[in-house]
Amino acid sequence: MATANTAKKYAIEGIWNNNPIFRQVLGLCSTLAITNLVINTVVMCAALVFTLALSSATVSYLRNVTPRNIRIMVETLIIAFYVIIVDIILKAYWPQMSANLGPYVGLIITNCIVLGRTEACALSNPPVGAFWDGFFNGLGYSYILLIVATFREILGMGTFLGLPLPYFSSVYFDKWIMMVMPPGAFFMLAIVVWVFRTIQHSKEKETK
Amino acid sequence: MNEQSFNVQIWQAFIVFFSAIFTQNILLIYFLGLCSFVGVSKQLKTAGGLGIAVIFVMTTTCAINWFVYHYVLVPLHLEFFRFILFIIIIAAFVQFIEMVIDRYSPVLYHNLGIFLPLITVNCAILGAVLFMVIRDYSFIVSVGFGFGSGIGWFLAIMAMAGIRERLANDRIPRGLQGPGITLVIAGLMALAFIGFTGVLQQ
Repeated sequence: MATANTAKKYAIEGIWNNNPIFRQVLGLCSTLAITNLVINTVVMCAALVFTLALSSATVSYLRNVTPRNIRIMVETLIIAFYVIIVDIILKAYWPQMSANLGPYVGLIITNCIVLGRTEACALSNPPVGAFWDGFFNGLGYSYILLIVATFREILGMGTFLGLPLPYFSSVYFDKWIMMVMPPGAFFMLAIVVWVFRTIQHSKEKETK
Repeated sequence: MNEQSFNVQIWQAFIVFFSAIFTQNILLIYFLGLCSFVGVSKQLKTAGGLGIAVIFVMTTTCAINWFVYHYVLVPLHLEFFRFILFIIIIAAFVQFIEMVIDRYSPVLYHNLGIFLPLITVNCAILGAVLFMVIRDYSFIVSVGFGFGSGIGWFLAIMAMAGIRERLANDRIPRGLQGPGITLVIAGLMALAFIGFTGVLQQ
């Protein structure tokens, strides 16, 4: 019962109250680049959730035996360990996807959200809590990026998950080339951040 | 790579250097180093300090990691180990530089010191190193790439800090304040940098 409650608490924090993207503004770097196609984003986000949840749990297990002054190094090594697992699995079973993502899988190591969560939560909480914290922060991160990726792929390419859509892939729809290019990602993310922050502000006003 | 003559490599390094600044800007086209870009671009002075630190660390770590990758990892067939090794080298190098600067130039340490630890987790550094490995650059080209990427990042954050200082007193919708408006400006800057695309052909 208690674990279910902690999971729920972490879920609300990670997905809404303290969302990694529109509240903490962390970890934009490595994942924004691959939001041009939904399928890339799904794979990347799955890799991130896996790394974030398991490295949070591992750091939390080792938190009492890790010397304080070298903890960043230890955390980075733990994260790198999981990222290497993801990278090798992708290379072995889905080489095409591995080539598409290029260096961005490896860049999960320096993704600020992973280090941020291990510092903020895993160092002071038991493993189960840290695992849920990592997991739900990963989910909170993923759904925002999926929104961005969905808009970018539909407006820029006229497809969703590679399948042509009825109206958007027809000749009547002018594809927004800009959406596939880097500025599209910046604008789309800015709009999403704006919308979600405005909703959050109005909710805060209501509760007051 | 080695069969190319020296002059060709210098020329290639020169081209890569310019493309890393303008057409392939590591921040605006590859989105690397975006966290510190959004976080530290409020003031020109701090942005400049971080930018210079990034130029320096990026150039040198690209060079060191090139040697480590080609003379240690490849002969031992340990390429999968590269993430861990690169990040350790970057962290160790940053730590080392911090100590050296602290010892010999307290003034520089005061200006630059606080930004150095931040750089270890700046994805732009690891990103540049990984790009260098994936694209199989030779040594001279790698140094040109690292230096150019650093300058590109520096230019982008300086421009952003300048714009944000001007925006400080403007009325911006509440939901768009801070990161929101920064991303919009970054998008506009990325549009401008895309204008350079025709300048170089790779």
